[in-house]
Amino acid sequence: MGVASRFILRRRGGNGWHWTDIVTWVWLVGGLIIMFGPAVWLAFSSFKTPAALAEFPPSILPYVTSQATVQGYDKPLQLFDAKMPDGSTKVLAEVRRIGTMSQMVDPKTPGEIVRVNINDRTPVRSVSFATENYTTPFTQFDFLRYLWNSVFVTVTATLITLIVNSMAAFALSKYEFRGRSLAMLIILATLMVPLSVIMVPLYSIISSLGLFNNLWGVILPTVATPTGVFILRQYMLTIPDELIDAARMDKASEWQIYWRIVLPLTAPALAVLAIFSVVWRWNDFLWPLIVLSRRELYTLQVGLSIYSGELNVQWHFILAMTVVTMIPVVLVFIFLQRFITTGIAGTGLK
Amino acid sequence: MGEIKLSDVNKSFGSVHVLKDIDLHIKDGEFVVFVGPSGCGKSTLLRTIAGLEKITGGVIEIDGKRVNEVSAADRGLAMVFQSYALYPHMSVRQNLAFGLENSNMPKNEVAERIAEAARMLEIEPYLERRPGQLSGGQRQRVAIGRAIVRRPTAFLLDEPLSNLDAELRVSTRAELAALHARLGSTMIYVTHDQVEAMTLAHRIVVMRAGKIEQVGTPLDLYNTPANRFVAGFIGAPHMNFLAGEVAELQTGTATLTTSGGHRLLVPFSGHSLSVGDKLTIGIRPQHITLANDPGSLKVKVRLVEALGSETVIHADLNGEKLLAVVPGQKQLSPGDEAYFSVAGAPLHLFDRNGLRVKGS
Repeated sequence: MGVASRFILRRRGGNGWHWTDIVTWVWLVGGLIIMFGPAVWLAFSSFKTPAALAEFPPSILPYVTSQATVQGYDKPLQLFDAKMPDGSTKVLAEVRRIGTMSQMVDPKTPGEIVRVNINDRTPVRSVSFATENYTTPFTQFDFLRYLWNSVFVTVTATLITLIVNSMAAFALSKYEFRGRSLAMLIILATLMVPLSVIMVPLYSIISSLGLFNNLWGVILPTVATPTGVFILRQYMLTIPDELIDAARMDKASEWQIYWRIVLPLTAPALAVLAIFSVVWRWNDFLWPLIVLSRRELYTLQVGLSIYSGELNVQWHFILAMTVVTMIPVVLVFIFLQRFITTGIAGTGLK
Repeated sequence: MGEIKLSDVNKSFGSVHVLKDIDLHIKDGEFVVFVGPSGCGKSTLLRTIAGLEKITGGVIEIDGKRVNEVSAADRGLAMVFQSYALYPHMSVRQNLAFGLENSNMPKNEVAERIAEAARMLEIEPYLERRPGQLSGGQRQRVAIGRAIVRRPTAFLLDEPLSNLDAELRVSTRAELAALHARLGSTMIYVTHDQVEAMTLAHRIVVMRAGKIEQVGTPLDLYNTPANRFVAGFIGAPHMNFLAGEVAELQTGTATLTTSGGHRLLVPFSGHSLSVGDKLTIGIRPQHITLANDPGSLKVKVRLVEALGSETVIHADLNGEKLLAVVPGQKQLSPGDEAYFSVAGAPLHLFDRNGLRVKGS
């Protein structure tokens, strides 16, 4: 056994099973299935045809029933593994089904009809990826337009969020002034106010500012986040005041202290907030739906809702586009997560 | 020029009064050390001079100009912090250049000054490294280098050696003294270590609880401490204090009795004492000698610390602790009886308020 597998399979009970081993395995495997299962299902299902999606019981992999064109029939026929009366199995094409009996034909001898009970036949299926789920929205719908809108909203909102929140956090962590704690408390208190409460007043503000049907109307209300201020402030509190004193002695202006000393040292916390902000803005649905009513301004999440019409939901497109919308968020996370864990090596203090 | 004058400086944090009526005149080129126990306000005093803390009363003048309202950046001072406070995300070179760039100095002059400081402090090989990749001693040098490149009117050093190990501390101390001699600038140095104060300072400022207790040269402070606190603080090991009383007064001498009934003769010329006054008698451990004379102080030995070149004897004199440092190696062990002689030792007399008795 390799070192890795020995490490992973190590048990508290030694050779036997301690009850904590069982709990751990159940917990971890269960967690893996709960967390990862839906994502795997989504990724595979996005390649299913509408028929395969409607199938019951559902499958994980995208299966397609094989078809064959048989001489003498206009349409392609579905292939089945049929059990013959003599016990052997044969691949037959189904011509039609009458009650519990199926009329089948051997593709090699198209003239001869074989009658098989439907319980004695199983469809011949193979894994097949319906890539048209991905290609059709790109060609038929305005997907690239939505993508661009989403990217613009996410990138702009995240940049403004980082700058505005870090400035607030800098003031709230490094300056002594009357009412500092009160200001922090009020900012944190706004965490408890949900969007649905402020939706109507926010809407009237946005519309009186003329930002209705404008991407800036989506961006601006979201840039000041109490969570962001809180994360950054807590991190900045750990930056020693002596560094800032040293910068003051070095003739640095307050702006330079913020921009050249505090901000670079807050990089790990900024990365965390950047991930949050990207995920929040990218996944925003309700607010963009309210502000944007012109189709060419839709963000991806709003655009996706087009595929669910009143009478029919095009699940195969929704699933495929959901996968596409997930990709940037996953990439951002993969790229930035190392900042969270590493921080800045060596602090130069003590 | 680096003349600094403090007049009647006061500083409060809310209701806490941390600096009380500080008057101090630091001359150009002087090496002044602020010393005192932790919490005595010495670091705060340094920070008020730096401009990092606003004073709540009094006047600070640098080269004759009032700087109360001048910001830290514009006072022309440089500071070395206890934690060094190097910018961790910048290389050593960038650390040194930061202050110069902020004053819009031309690039070639910045490079020149960095090269000069790096040569002086022997940190040239590390210029491209980050502070995290340096040892404690190297960081210390960079921190000093960051002050040197600014060519300040005065250097402010806040316990710069306290994060170094003992051996490095001694060598860096010597380098600092050499650096001061070479640069000739005013240096103000804060420490709680009286050995650093004694070895480095032209003048020592002893502080306690926000007040200046005494200002003087190291030997002034050692030989004629102004009060009991300074006497106990300067010198290692600490001065011994015995309770005493004035028994007789003649011209030129005073006769004192200790609580154990021993009589001590002290040269005295003045009028501030009268017979029956209660006093504290201070004797430095180094001035006590071992004697065989039954007329001297009979003590019980509690602990013997043999240091080879000298022996530290912790003893008990009628319930009062007495410490003696005698040269050479002595065959004594705890529980032994010994005789301490203070004949010829300079005795320090302090009155009931702890102040030095005039004329003693």
